[in-house]
Amino acid sequence: MSAETAPLLELRGITKTYGGVHALSDVSFGIQPRTVHALVGENGAGKSTLVKILTGVIQPDEGTLLIDGEVRRIADPQTAHKLGIVAMYQEPTVFQDLSVAENVFAGRHPRSGLRTVAWRQLRSDASRILDELGVDFGPDTPVRGLGVADRQLLEIAKALTSSARLLIMDEPTAALSPHESDNLFATVRRLRDRGVVIVFISHRLEEVTAIADTVTVLRDGGHVATRPAGELPHDEIIRLMVGRSLDALFPKEPAEIGDVVFKAEGLTRRGVFSDVSFELRRGEIVGLAGFVGSGRTEVAQAIFGIDSLDSGTVAIEGRRFRPRSPRAALRRGLAYLPEDRLNQGLVQPMSIAQNTSMAVLPALTPGGVLRPRRERALARRFMEQLRIRATSIAQVVRSLSGGNQQKVVLSKWLAANPRILILDEPTHGVDVGTKAEVHRTISGLAAQGLTILLISSELLEILGMSDRILVMREGRLVAELSREEATQERVIQAAAGVSEAA
Amino acid sequence: MIGGGRMSARNISAAAFRMREIGLVIGLAVTIAFFAARASNFLTVGNWQGIAQNVAIVLVVAVGETMVILTRNIDLSVGSIVGLSAYLSAATFVHHSNFPLPVVALVAIAVGLGLGIVNGLLVAVARIPAIIATLATLGIYRGIDVRITGGKNITAYQLPDSFLNLASSKPLGVPALAWIAIAITVLGALVLRWAPWARDFYAIGSNPDAARFAGIPAVRRVITAFAVCGALAGLGGFMFAARFPTVDAVAAKNFELDVITAAVIGGVNVFGGAGTILGVVLGALLVETIQSGFTLLRISEFWRLFFNGFAIVVAVTIDALVTRRLQTALRRRRAEILAARHLEAGS
Repeated sequence: MSAETAPLLELRGITKTYGGVHALSDVSFGIQPRTVHALVGENGAGKSTLVKILTGVIQPDEGTLLIDGEVRRIADPQTAHKLGIVAMYQEPTVFQDLSVAENVFAGRHPRSGLRTVAWRQLRSDASRILDELGVDFGPDTPVRGLGVADRQLLEIAKALTSSARLLIMDEPTAALSPHESDNLFATVRRLRDRGVVIVFISHRLEEVTAIADTVTVLRDGGHVATRPAGELPHDEIIRLMVGRSLDALFPKEPAEIGDVVFKAEGLTRRGVFSDVSFELRRGEIVGLAGFVGSGRTEVAQAIFGIDSLDSGTVAIEGRRFRPRSPRAALRRGLAYLPEDRLNQGLVQPMSIAQNTSMAVLPALTPGGVLRPRRERALARRFMEQLRIRATSIAQVVRSLSGGNQQKVVLSKWLAANPRILILDEPTHGVDVGTKAEVHRTISGLAAQGLTILLISSELLEILGMSDRILVMREGRLVAELSREEATQERVIQAAAGVSEAA
Repeated sequence: MIGGGRMSARNISAAAFRMREIGLVIGLAVTIAFFAARASNFLTVGNWQGIAQNVAIVLVVAVGETMVILTRNIDLSVGSIVGLSAYLSAATFVHHSNFPLPVVALVAIAVGLGLGIVNGLLVAVARIPAIIATLATLGIYRGIDVRITGGKNITAYQLPDSFLNLASSKPLGVPALAWIAIAITVLGALVLRWAPWARDFYAIGSNPDAARFAGIPAVRRVITAFAVCGALAGLGGFMFAARFPTVDAVAAKNFELDVITAAVIGGVNVFGGAGTILGVVLGALLVETIQSGFTLLRISEFWRLFFNGFAIVVAVTIDALVTRRLQTALRRRRAEILAARHLEAGS
């Protein structure tokens, strides 16, 4: 292999496991010099894990990294920095209180006599870099007043001062207007032509086609393909991203679907989501799909009264409901289980009974005194209903299996007797067996007449569990698909904003 | 339109930097005018020399406290350090009345430096939250003070004239203690502007994670901030003993509250990353002016405390309002972006 085509960076058999789950398994590919290399894949495909390995934040369990053909260990972020690997994160890591110029040189102020800060040099060096990037803010601008787009450009400016060879951009356009994205792309091309390799991560396939020279597709932690962008039309990329078949993992039982019990109209929270309208029916499981950051969780939290709405109306069972606080929502029969609540919503050293009664203690304590008999009855009811496997309701939660712990969390919320349940990523980070158990439980609840809004990043979970699927993209509801119409390709197309003709 | 939204967000934040100091100057002017109209002896040279002496000690300690707060920490133990070093300074003079003042001042500073380094190690190395670590040392340092004094006190009669003259002498009409404070504040302002290690305080307090990513040695810097704060509290103790020569174990008790009040009113953000020495000078002046005016008017201690608290609430509320306006402006801009993008996707 000649020096011209030797990859700047090569991954060989990179594997990373988290608690038995493969985040990356045996990933091998090369990144050529003077290219923009796009990394695409569903949520959870392993992109972030890969970025963390490249930047030295975590270490792979197996496999080697070669830089300029030599095996290297990237032990920590400082080592990555020294090797010229710089990452720009989705949430820029800027110093709000400092000026643009100081942000660019944070921790590396140019110095003059008496080891003092050389402010004039700092300003002029920063100015030069900012001019090169063609931004419209000066070195003295306080960063607190900059928008997200400008902060992204600032991150690039920081990267440029540290003689980056490999610049990783994770969803850099997520918050940019079309015009700003175009400017960013122009910058990316200029950098590439100067010899910087750019690893570009994006959910938006038009962007990938527009900017990338090479595309690598990851799926479920495995490497699927690395090909020139010209050889990969959108539908082919999508086929490679999904490429799995539905199996029996998601046992949605048929349930009788009744009347509309929940109606949202024109929900808007400025800058987060806008004009979101949908209905939910009794006994129905509705999947809410979309990439992370599309506004799914934000809509749910606004309905539950955690964040405020700027406009729009909500009706529960035909009556107007004004989301003001989680308490008010619970009173009207609406419960929301946030993602981490399923893992952290338990008091581990306490019993199943004590955990179950936690959210409804006032109802069990007439006159301010807890009636243990009522608490036990409540716990026994859910133990039976959700088939919690434990020696007794007095068993300490810590000693239960993961799946049974999840069910205790669920009983805690079901004890409040909700009629509408919003589940945010209920199986995120759980093993396959537990997952099936949670799915069976959710399906059983719907069969009993509960209405369920299921938020999930996992396409197969959404497709397998839902009677109907809503897809969000960039704060808007962009598609509604029935169980029959829904395919992996159609959901991804809607979520990524690719027209079906493409 | 998008540009308009952005400019307003930038303007607000740029203005916020200046607003605090302008607001303080206006507040100070109003306060002075108010007391001048009410109390005939308010605008006298003597009264202002008194104010200057009180401000001087608060200010010297507040410069150090500011450095600690900038790093998103706090030092509650400065009152105890001032008390301990005040007693040790006075006790040194009792036993060695012929020691030159600078030598004793250096002893006081060294004591404060040591205690400050202990604070810094507890916070940066042992990773105890600053509010708890320095609450503990507030007690410990005061306890040491009680043990050393053994319930006795030192009175002015036991101290050499050279030391007592420090508080009474007024070169060029300005009290000597105020000259020390002026020197320290100028030095502090220069350091915070020109020393690379002090610039790191702002970065650490602004975004600790990003500071680590940027390769800033945060542990060392935080220890430095506490060390400087301790050293200045030590100097403050030396000045305290000169100004209030009857020193006992409760000297400078609750003094940390005056110091933190001055810093907070002066615009030092308790969440780190923002604050200027000029603001702290104005904050300390405002607090002491109100105190002096109330004393002259014989207004009850209740109202003085009430106004101190009220000033903090006003100062922090203004900060919160500015921040919220900024966030609204940024969110509006983001809404415009999303709308523009959907328009483009639709076409």
